[in-house]
Amino acid sequence: MKKTKKMMALWLTAAMAFGTLAGCGGGSADQGSEPAATTAPAAGSGTETTAAAGGSDAPASGEGAVYYLNFKPEQADQWVALAETYTKETGVPVTVVTAASGTYEQTLKSEMAKTEAPTLFQVNGPVGLASWKDYCYDLKDSAVYKDLSSDDFALIGDDGSVKGIAYVIETYGLIYNKKLLNDYINMDGAVITSADDIKDFATLKKVADDIQAKKDDLGIAGAFASAGFDASSDWRFKTHLANLPLYYEYLADGITSTDAVKGTYLDNFKQIFDLYITDSTCAPTLLSGKTGEDAASEFALGEAVFYQNGTWAYNDIKDNEVADEDLGMLPIFIGADKEANQGLCTGSENYWCVNSKASEANIQATLDFLQWVVESDAGKNGLAKEMGFVTPFSTFTEEYLPANPLVAAADEYVKKGTVSVTWNFTTMPSEEWKNQLGSAMLEYAQGTGNWDAVVTAFVDGWAAEYQAANN
Amino acid sequence: MDKAIKRYFPIFVLPTLLAFTMGFIAPFLVGVWLSFCKFTTINDATFIGFSNYTKILTDGTFVHALWYTSLFTIVSVIFINFFAFAIALLLTRKIKGTNLFRTVFFMPNLIGGIILGYVWSLLLNGILLQVERTLTYSSVYGFWGLVILMCWQQIGYMMIIYIAGIQNVPGDLVEAAKIDGATNWQILKNVTLPMVMPSITICTFLTLTNSFKLFDQNLALTNGEPSNMSELLALNIFSTFYGRAGWEGVGQAKAVVFFILVGIIAVTQNVLTRRKEIEQ
Repeated sequence: MKKTKKMMALWLTAAMAFGTLAGCGGGSADQGSEPAATTAPAAGSGTETTAAAGGSDAPASGEGAVYYLNFKPEQADQWVALAETYTKETGVPVTVVTAASGTYEQTLKSEMAKTEAPTLFQVNGPVGLASWKDYCYDLKDSAVYKDLSSDDFALIGDDGSVKGIAYVIETYGLIYNKKLLNDYINMDGAVITSADDIKDFATLKKVADDIQAKKDDLGIAGAFASAGFDASSDWRFKTHLANLPLYYEYLADGITSTDAVKGTYLDNFKQIFDLYITDSTCAPTLLSGKTGEDAASEFALGEAVFYQNGTWAYNDIKDNEVADEDLGMLPIFIGADKEANQGLCTGSENYWCVNSKASEANIQATLDFLQWVVESDAGKNGLAKEMGFVTPFSTFTEEYLPANPLVAAADEYVKKGTVSVTWNFTTMPSEEWKNQLGSAMLEYAQGTGNWDAVVTAFVDGWAAEYQAANN
Repeated sequence: MDKAIKRYFPIFVLPTLLAFTMGFIAPFLVGVWLSFCKFTTINDATFIGFSNYTKILTDGTFVHALWYTSLFTIVSVIFINFFAFAIALLLTRKIKGTNLFRTVFFMPNLIGGIILGYVWSLLLNGILLQVERTLTYSSVYGFWGLVILMCWQQIGYMMIIYIAGIQNVPGDLVEAAKIDGATNWQILKNVTLPMVMPSITICTFLTLTNSFKLFDQNLALTNGEPSNMSELLALNIFSTFYGRAGWEGVGQAKAVVFFILVGIIAVTQNVLTRRKEIEQ
C-alpha cells in the first residue's frame, strides 16, 4: 500500500515537472530548424496553428525569418507550398498562417501582440490601413514597389510613404451561365437574341423576369442565385453591390472619397437589389440563412443563370455542371446614366504590408521574400498559375496569365473598350457601416424592415461612422 | 507531519500560485487596465480614462444584449431545472432501464457547444423551412432556438446532480412520512425538496452562470443575426472587441462590466438558495 502511494507520488511529480518543462521549452524546440509551415483549417483559428509552427527567434546568423499572415483561405495551400520552395532555395524560414474566412482582423490583432508577430500582413485598403498605419514599414525603396506597374496599386500614406502594395487585381460582376442563357434565347418569345444585348438595367430586368417566369421550362430554380445574408455571403451585397451606387455618386461628384455620402443612386441600388431577391432561387424570408456555398452550388449545378461574384469564385464553381467555356461575366447594371459603357468592377483589396515593428533582419528577410515572389520564375509561377492571381507587377509577362475563364471573360470586357468600375468600397468608413447596411438590407428583403432603413444606414450611418473612425 | 507541511507549504503552493497568477490574475489585471485604454494590439495601449465606459451606453447593442441575456437566463434556468428535476424524479423510481435512460439523457452534454450550435441550426432551419423562415429571420426564433438547444444540452447534466441529491434523501424519512399518511405530493414538497436543496443550489448556480455567460452556442446558432438582435452579452463583447476597429477598449470595458454583473448575480443567488438549505 505504502509502495503504491510512493509510486503514485513519484508519477504525479514527474507529470507536473514534465508539464512545467514542456511549457517553457516550447519556445526553443525547433529553433533554427526549418519551421513547419502551417495553415489554419478553414474553421480553425489562426492562433492555435502558430503555436505548432514554433516560436523560433531569428537565427543567430542574423538572416531573419518571414512570417506571413495570409488573408485568402482559397490559396492557403499554395502559399505554404511556395514558402517551402523558398526555404529550400535560400534556407530562410518562412511561416505562412492563414486566418479562417472572415476572421482576418481578429487573428491579426492577436498575432501582432505576440513577440513573434507577423512580418508580412495584409490590409484591405485605405480604411483598413488606418488602424494599422503605425505598423507599416515604408516600402518606397523596396524591389517589390519598383516592380509595381502603377502607383494606383500602392497605398500611399499622408507623408508620402508607401504603406501597402496590392498583389492581386480582381474583377467582379454578374457571372452567368452561357448555356442556360442560350437555352432561354432559343425559346419562343425571348426578349433578347444574344447575351450582348444586355447593355443596360432595363434589358437585364426584362431578361431576368422572363427567365424567372419560365424557370420550370428551363429546368432551373431561379434567374439569380440566392442572395444569402449569412456572413459567408453578405459581403457580396453590403460591400460589392453597394459599390455601384457609390461609384456613380463619386463619378457624378468628381471625388474619390467623402466624409458624407448623399445616396444619389440609392433608387438604382434598390432596383437591382429588388431584382436579386424577387427573381431568385429561394423565398426572400430564407435569405438570412443562405450561405456563400449555397449560392455557389446553385450556380455551379446549373440551377441559376446569374450569380454575382468575382474572378476568385472560379475555384468554387469549376468541375461541376457548368463547363468552363460556359462561364461569362456581365457588368452589374443598376440603371444609372451612361451605363452602356459600364464595364466590370475591377480593383484590389489585398495589400501587402511589412511590419515595421519587426526586427531589422526579419524586415530584410521579408523584403527579400517578396522580391523573390514577384521576380523569380518559381514565385511568379506560384502566384499566377497555382493561385490564379492577376497581379499588378510589371514582371508578370504574357505567359504568366492564370488559366481562369472568369479572368478571360473580364479581359474581354476591357478589350471591348468599356470603362471598368473602380472598387470604391475600400473607402467605406468602417466594417460597422457595412454590417449596419447589410442588416438593413436583409430586413428589407425578408419584409421585416423597409427601404428607408437601408437609406438611413447608407447615408446617416456613413456620416456617423466616418466621424467615429476619424476622431 | 503537520509541521513538515507547514514548513514546506510555500514550495507546494508555488507552482499552482504561479500558474494561477499567470493564467488568471495577471490577465485579469491587464484586462481591467486595458478597459481604460485605447489600443489596437494589447501591448501598445494609451490611457484615456473613462471614455470607454461612457461609450458602452451610446452603443445600443450592449443594453439590448443585456436584457436579451437576462430574459434568456430566466427562461432557460426555469426550463432546465424544472425538466431536469422532473426527469430525475422519474429515473429514481424503480422502472426498467433507468441506467440506460440516464446515460442517454446525459450524452448531449458531452458534445461541444460549437458543434451543437451548428447541428441545431441545421435541424431547426430544416423545420422552419416548412414555413419559409430561418432561425435568423428574427430574434424571436433565435431566442427559442437557443432555449431549446440549452435545454437539450444541460438537462442531462443537471438531472445527474438531482438524481444524486434525491438518492441521498434518507429512506427512513420518506418511510416515516408515508406511515404518517403523507401523499406523494406532500412527500415531494415537505421531504424531498428541502433535502435536495444543496443540489438545487448547485444546479441553479450552474444554469444561471452558464446561461449568462453563454457564448459558443450563440455564436454557432445565430451569430447574433439579424442585426445583433439575438446577441447575448458574451458574444456582444466579442464582436465589439474584434468586429469594430477602434472599439477594442470599449469591448474590454464591457467585459469588466460583465464580470461585475456575473459576480453580483452569482453571489446573490448563492446566498439566497443557501438560506433554504437545511442540515440533515
